[in-house]
Amino acid sequence: MAEEQAALQVVPGAGKRIEVPIRKAQGPGDDKVHTWPYLVRSEFICAILVTVLLIVWSLLSDAPLEEPANPTKTPNPSKAPWYFLGLQEMLVFFDPWHAGVTLPSLIIVGLMVLPFIDINPKGNGYYCFNDRKYEIMTFFLGFHILWVSLIIIGTFLRGPGWNWFWFWEPWDVHKVEAMTAVNLPYLMGVRNPTLDFIVGGALVIGFFALGTAAMYWWVVRLKGREFMKRWGGVRFGITAFLFLNMWGVVLKMLMRHLFAIKYIWVTPWINI
Amino acid sequence: MAWDDIKRQITESDVWQSMFRHGYEDTPRNRILMVSGNVWLHLHPSKVRRHAVRMRFTWCMGGITFLMFLVTTVTGIYLMFYYRPTAEYAYADMKYLEFDMPFGMLMRNMHRWAAHAMVIAVWLHMFRVFLTGSYKPPREFNWVVGVILLVLTLLLSFTGYLLPWDQLSIWAVTVGSNMARATPFLGHEGPGHELMGVNPIYDARAFLFGGGEIGPHTLLRFYILHCIFFPLVTSLFLAVHFWRIRRDGFSGPPL
Repeated sequence: MAEEQAALQVVPGAGKRIEVPIRKAQGPGDDKVHTWPYLVRSEFICAILVTVLLIVWSLLSDAPLEEPANPTKTPNPSKAPWYFLGLQEMLVFFDPWHAGVTLPSLIIVGLMVLPFIDINPKGNGYYCFNDRKYEIMTFFLGFHILWVSLIIIGTFLRGPGWNWFWFWEPWDVHKVEAMTAVNLPYLMGVRNPTLDFIVGGALVIGFFALGTAAMYWWVVRLKGREFMKRWGGVRFGITAFLFLNMWGVVLKMLMRHLFAIKYIWVTPWINI
Repeated sequence: MAWDDIKRQITESDVWQSMFRHGYEDTPRNRILMVSGNVWLHLHPSKVRRHAVRMRFTWCMGGITFLMFLVTTVTGIYLMFYYRPTAEYAYADMKYLEFDMPFGMLMRNMHRWAAHAMVIAVWLHMFRVFLTGSYKPPREFNWVVGVILLVLTLLLSFTGYLLPWDQLSIWAVTVGSNMARATPFLGHEGPGHELMGVNPIYDARAFLFGGGEIGPHTLLRFYILHCIFFPLVTSLFLAVHFWRIRRDGFSGPPL
């Protein structure tokens, strides 16, 4: 700013126009081509191709229109629009306040803080896996493995009663699934309700405490203390919290699918 | 009179020159004027990095998302001429639109498939921007704007889902909105709801629905959100998003 003002002050003669380059591109990055025609041409061709594809798709396949709305007749299964089916699938593992409100909020906030917690200066403007292994693997886990695959499960593998049907199985409305899921403290032999509360709480809090400690140790081992200092406590804390939440979802899904565990922590207010 | 004379008389006329300030000659100066002198194209810088133009680098997904937004706007306006957002008429208007309106079915199909394509394209755009690290300084804030646009895309699509007023739409929206009643403190089934005194007709979901249950009031509410509110908000954020891309430079290391 001060430099700009200084530059303006030395302009000789009133009304005389001079051009002051604000920032000059230089070095190997200075390999520019004209937007017209090189970029506009690609955009134009791309827009035409996509429009043609869309028209062909629209001619070949009709948008669905079912019977008129009837609030007294609930279809089974009732499914949310496909892009929300990952969240609906989460309802199998978590209570609605968590699957429907907390987790989506964490996803949105987590995405928003991404540029501020990632301080790796490398990999800006080019594809490279090795420069940012952990960032890319984490994104891959969150986006491809969790978000996309849960949508596929919710769309194709969940039938009446939100029961699991493989692709080749017909959707049987009368399929009966035994409700055998129990809470983790119960499975560990804790049958006393008070102790159950304490053990469940210790497990959940322990997961986050030990997870944060393990992540701290791992980052220091991998990147060194100097990096940890540069990264700072706030960035590390937010990253660890989001990262552990993501893995917590995976862990809880595995526990439900493999060991039929319903809740880990049962409290009078919320269940996790 | 020769063809060239006619052409010259037109292009040298006052009217023509008041509208068009340069021709199509392929000179470096003109290439820059093409972009900087055009209200639509000046969203671009006049020069871009060579590697950033390649399709295998950019994937064109941001552009496709915007194209889908434009397609849904145009087809959506067409649909609005024939659709009344009331419980009595909405479904009948859908049938009318499909069977009696010229190109009605095609417009409806394009509107719906473009909306789906927009959701997919915006995800792929986000994935590409992540892979090239394009959220890193100086573009951090534009990534945040992009996340807001992603949420707005989903909300646009979700509010439109109800409008056909058939079984598919009301139950999908019912299931999708049931989450709202489990909102901590603000939903009547959420943890902490006792503290706030919310109930089935006075909580987060009732605010969204305009009542305790999905009904005609919800249809009108979603119609206004879908056709006026979210498109306007999305346009505002799109303007910021594009402006920031223009300022911070198209793909590539910081300027």
